[in-house]
Amino acid sequence: MTESTRLMQGNEACVAGALYAGLSFFAGYPITPSTEIAEILAKRLPQNGGKFIQMEDEIASLAACIGASLTGAKVMTATSGPGFSLMQENLGYAIMTETPCVIVNVQRMGPSTGAPTAPSQGDVMQARYGTHGDHEIIVLTPSSVAETFTLTVKAFNLAELLRTPVILLMDEIVGHMREGVSLPGEGELPVVTRLVPVKGMKDYLPYRADKNGVPVVAPFGAGYRFHVTGLFHGEDGFPSNKPQDIEYLGMRLHKKIENHKDHYSFFEEYLTEDAEIIVVAYGGTARSAQAAVESARSQGIKAGLFRLITLWPFPESEIERVCSQARAVVSAEMNMGQISRELERVLGKDASLHKVTHIDGTLLPPQKILLKIQEAAVND
Amino acid sequence: MTKTADIKPYLRLERYPTIWCAGCGNGQVVGAFLRAISTLDWDPKKVVVVSGIGCSSRASGYLNFNTMHTTHGRPLPFATGIKLANPELHVVVMAGDGDTTAIGGNHFIHAARRNIGITMIVFNNGTYGMTGGQCSPMTGHACKATTAPYGNLDTPFDICKLAEAAGATFVGRGITYAPVKLESLITEALKHKGFSVIDAVTQCPTYYGRLNKMGSPADMLTWQKEHVISLEKAASLPKHVIQDKIVTGVFVKDLRPEYTTLYRRLHEQCGEDDCHD
Ligand SMILES: Cc1ncc(C[n+]2csc(CCOP(=O)(O)OP(=O)(O)O)c2C)c(N)n1
Ligand code: SF4
Repeated sequence: MTESTRLMQGNEACVAGALYAGLSFFAGYPITPSTEIAEILAKRLPQNGGKFIQMEDEIASLAACIGASLTGAKVMTATSGPGFSLMQENLGYAIMTETPCVIVNVQRMGPSTGAPTAPSQGDVMQARYGTHGDHEIIVLTPSSVAETFTLTVKAFNLAELLRTPVILLMDEIVGHMREGVSLPGEGELPVVTRLVPVKGMKDYLPYRADKNGVPVVAPFGAGYRFHVTGLFHGEDGFPSNKPQDIEYLGMRLHKKIENHKDHYSFFEEYLTEDAEIIVVAYGGTARSAQAAVESARSQGIKAGLFRLITLWPFPESEIERVCSQARAVVSAEMNMGQISRELERVLGKDASLHKVTHIDGTLLPPQKILLKIQEAAVND
Repeated sequence: MTKTADIKPYLRLERYPTIWCAGCGNGQVVGAFLRAISTLDWDPKKVVVVSGIGCSSRASGYLNFNTMHTTHGRPLPFATGIKLANPELHVVVMAGDGDTTAIGGNHFIHAARRNIGITMIVFNNGTYGMTGGQCSPMTGHACKATTAPYGNLDTPFDICKLAEAAGATFVGRGITYAPVKLESLITEALKHKGFSVIDAVTQCPTYYGRLNKMGSPADMLTWQKEHVISLEKAASLPKHVIQDKIVTGVFVKDLRPEYTTLYRRLHEQCGEDDCHD
């Protein structure tokens, strides 16, 4: 460890990343295994002029964040499964009203209260489809403490750039793990802040999109008086039920995410170049997967790891590129196969896809993945 | 009452006509609010009106302030975020009785407990107008609703008592039949430093009135007139006499530190001494 290296927990790194990105408002409700994020911010935010509030539940937590964001604050909330379920309606509201916010879900095992301290990746599909109605969403998932820091900064940057909620989908392993990290200094990582309209614009339309498909919404109190609603609305922000307005906004909300793929398509490849067997994994599980790939290599099996960092929108073309070269694909996740279904969709029914699922509340052991790699090496 | 108050600048007349039925009391409550706010020298650019979901919650869209139409039951936590993030804004919440006391009941008591500087105006029509006249926590016992076709088995809340018990520091009730009094109540509520609640009893002739055979909008106002009693008068009467009356007036006027003021003090404290480790 160097001088500036610190031993840090994943949840702590999330806080550090958020503050680096300019977080000034946090509202939350305690829940294992995310609670440390709230606890640390309760102490840190008042020290730097920021605001921390413990709300009465997670519905209120996200609501308060959205309200604060509309005044111009950079906001975040953090929760886990049960709380994430409660946030779904207001998550849709943030999408519809194009309010930047970061929602951290440190996944625990469900359904229901489940196993609060057990690692799981059971919320992958909920993060994608949890709120009602057609929508796009950006979901990022870190595998290490250091990456939790950088990905939190990126989550804020994307939220601010695209005026949209971004979900940081952590898991209990990464949230509670301690690793030595050396944090980047000020200015080392880019920090993005949303655009605001210039003062005194005539005929200001709060929901008129710029060339990026993103509107420049003024903060409340800055001088423009406009309306924000979760109803479909026109560029003026007022409700509209005209089919052309509904379709235009619906498509714009989709496209502004789709069209910025190069801003958020994060993944990592490890030994994939000559790999005959590709393991696809993410979050805490990717650590086991890497160990399994290394073991397989030592046994002469050409295995490689494709680590998803962006889960949603699903990086279809990268998956296709890497996996189409391989004889077989092994997916490894701590659920019953949520991402493997996506792989099946992208690679086709005929692809040789081997699923490692894991739901006993323990860490997915490398051995379990290695067995699948060996099986694939023999059979395919 | 400022009879000559020009409330037009506060309205987005281009959004008219409103979605409200003829004879609905929502416009009367909004009128009282606008006349009240016109007596204060508040910069409209610094006023935020946050509403929930319901007929009454559509009010925000017609008002020329910073306005926000949120999710059903949740305007108070959205407003809490706004007020805490930028305490210099004047934040007013408008929502129906269902929004406030059913789905949003939890937020209501917690906003009161925090005593955050927000004025909450409850448009209390005793029913769910928007969805077509279902039962609300404010529907009277034995009254009819589409989801209480045999009469409501529940007993309604007393919004003012609820607010008081939860810690609201200004609590008042007015009726649409008496708009001048309603206006002055709202003025006091707006001026109050802390969480202030106005229970604005209003009429929904389309559903509540029809289902309960209350006649025309004018008949519903007459009913209000016949049932209203001031807090002062009610004080000297036995409970059974006032139990089916609408008691109006100021129920609570307390001083307790307001939440964002406490937060400012926390900032000062952190700047000065040992918050840092
Ligand atoms: C989560 C959720 N549940 C239900 C609804 C449907 N809904 C819309 S308005 C409303 C009730 C409105 O009643 P109230 O709040 O009293 O306002 P009013 O329409 O009478 O002014 C309901 C149940 C909704 N929009 N969201
Ligand atoms: S349904 Fe009732 S509350 Fe809604 S606008 Fe009509 S009269 Fe008013």
